[in-house]
Amino acid sequence: MNKLNFLRPDIKNLNTYLYSGIFLISIAILDVISNSFFNTNITSFLPNFISFLLPLVLGTVGLHFIRIEFSGIKNLDLLNKNINTNTFNAVLTLLITFAVIKSIPPFLSWFIIDATISGDTKEACTGTGACWTYIKIWLNRFIYGMYPNELQWRINLSFIALIGLAFVGLIPSDKIKKFLTLYYVVIYPIIAFVLIYYLISGGAFGLEWVETGAWGGLSLTFIVSFFCLIFCFPVGMFLALGRRSDLPTVRYISVGFIEFWRGVPLITVLFMSSVMFPMFLPEDFFMDKLVRVIIAISLFEAAYVAEVIRGGLQALPRGQYDAAKSLGMGYWKMHIFVILPQALKLVIPGIANTFLALVKDTPLIFVVGLLEIVGMLNLAKTNPKWLGYAMEGYVFAAIIFWIICYAMSKYSYNLEIKYKTDR
Amino acid sequence: MSEPIIKIEGMNKWFGDFQVLKNIDLAVEKNKKIVVCGPSGSGKSTLIRCINRLEEHQKGTIIVDGTELTENTKNIEAIRAEVGMVFQQFNLFPHLSILDNCTLAPIWVKKMPKKAAEELAMKQLEQVQIADQAQKFPGQLSGGQQQRCAIARALCMEPKIMLFDEPTSALDPEMIKEVLDAMVNLAKAGMTMIVVTHEMGFAKEVADEVIFMDEGMIVEKAETKEFFANPKSDRTKLFLSQIL
Repeated sequence: MNKLNFLRPDIKNLNTYLYSGIFLISIAILDVISNSFFNTNITSFLPNFISFLLPLVLGTVGLHFIRIEFSGIKNLDLLNKNINTNTFNAVLTLLITFAVIKSIPPFLSWFIIDATISGDTKEACTGTGACWTYIKIWLNRFIYGMYPNELQWRINLSFIALIGLAFVGLIPSDKIKKFLTLYYVVIYPIIAFVLIYYLISGGAFGLEWVETGAWGGLSLTFIVSFFCLIFCFPVGMFLALGRRSDLPTVRYISVGFIEFWRGVPLITVLFMSSVMFPMFLPEDFFMDKLVRVIIAISLFEAAYVAEVIRGGLQALPRGQYDAAKSLGMGYWKMHIFVILPQALKLVIPGIANTFLALVKDTPLIFVVGLLEIVGMLNLAKTNPKWLGYAMEGYVFAAIIFWIICYAMSKYSYNLEIKYKTDR
Repeated sequence: MSEPIIKIEGMNKWFGDFQVLKNIDLAVEKNKKIVVCGPSGSGKSTLIRCINRLEEHQKGTIIVDGTELTENTKNIEAIRAEVGMVFQQFNLFPHLSILDNCTLAPIWVKKMPKKAAEELAMKQLEQVQIADQAQKFPGQLSGGQQQRCAIARALCMEPKIMLFDEPTSALDPEMIKEVLDAMVNLAKAGMTMIVVTHEMGFAKEVADEVIFMDEGMIVEKAETKEFFANPKSDRTKLFLSQIL
């Protein structure tokens, strides 16, 4: 056996160091786990202060022992290279590990173990954890708002139809493929509008009319986000082109428009759309509150989209313009076939960013009295029968928004990969 | 003598206050091959970029194939469709395959049916010997292959005139030859060509006339043999002594 020097672990005594190191680390982690899960302190015979710091010291020493370069064990080398390069990193690693272990039990107990979901009233919630009963009872309102219960099939039907129609692009037929862009850019939004107008709003074909004030909850979040996304993109694209145009009038109008909308807070825009805007309209001209809100948000976000797209346009080398022009393409052909496909591909992350922000901005429509999911939560939490469950509601809303936004960001990554043709 | 296909008279161009081109007079007849050489910054590239109006001239006239270049957008686009151009940096469209690079303009500018455009593109790619790369994207090709594709792309518009803006300057020495070969073949097929290049070997082989430019002026214009054997101006002599 070679001479041991515990200050300088070396590969000659690999096993000795490895086993003693792992032993120390296990004790450290075991101590923290027992402490946080079972509320027992296995080092309670020691003075308070030492008992508190012991896991950290043991873990650090253990990690020091196993810090052996080129050990030949693949996982050990990987560990050393990534989280155990020096004492400072070892301590950080341990602190993070301990923090995670410590936070699991309270989280689990609030979320699941001590939570309640049975029963129909507030009285069912006796535990110390979350009261999911509240979410369960109000779920219908959170999804459909004040939309009459017996008519909710209309919302379901139109959403299912829209989701179904969104998959038309997957049909493997060359005849259809030609028209896909046209379909998604023009036809699909029109279908969506018609479906929502006649099916959800009603008032024709023997369907009962439901005013937009009664719409709400998650379905309203979807409706507002969907139309705003669809409208703000083309408007933003034209603004971006306009801002780079050679024609001074077009350029100045675009710049003015963009800077105006970027300069005002969304909440004031929404407020003005509902309070001030009708003052400028003729008496007999009526435009629904929801439509006004959608237009306001679309124009607001279009200004941001425009600047993102302009960034992409500026990133393209001048040679691309030269080449397109030298082949005899005019302004529109050049942009449609050469410039925009490349510029839009470049700005997918930026566009996704703007769109995510848009979805998360939709709760602001409460200022005009439209209650989407967060608005419904605020309404429910002030209900006298259900006071005191705001936390559950916000956690629920956070989860819903996270799912929507994560799906969108995942989709944008896929698009990036799909359109990656260079390098 | 036939009517020249490109006629430039008294052309001047400024970038801001700086005059890049001074009183350029040039006439190019059909099927002639002209090589333009000169030190960098002498205005060679700007001159040929003016011929298809990638740059605007401020004074003088440029007449290409009987059409005068003015503000008129229709005229400009008509001329550009007849004048092919190859760039130093290739400028292929990176989001399109090699084949689509070649068929894009014929289909959308000349309204050619897709089938016919693809056949034409394959024929042109065959000519420059990269037909087997047709389905790849520009990023997957070597510089020489990309430049040959750029030549094929320009030829797919069936132009009457081809402009080359230092087509080999961005290439590795090994790849220069394959591009020059493609250009020599094109010259032999009778294309009217204006080539900005430093490849004097190419100039000697195919050019009918050589133009030497310096400081925005045409210093010397002569038949190829005469130009190399017997340069008249001292500036030309100096230039030739440095690069030959």
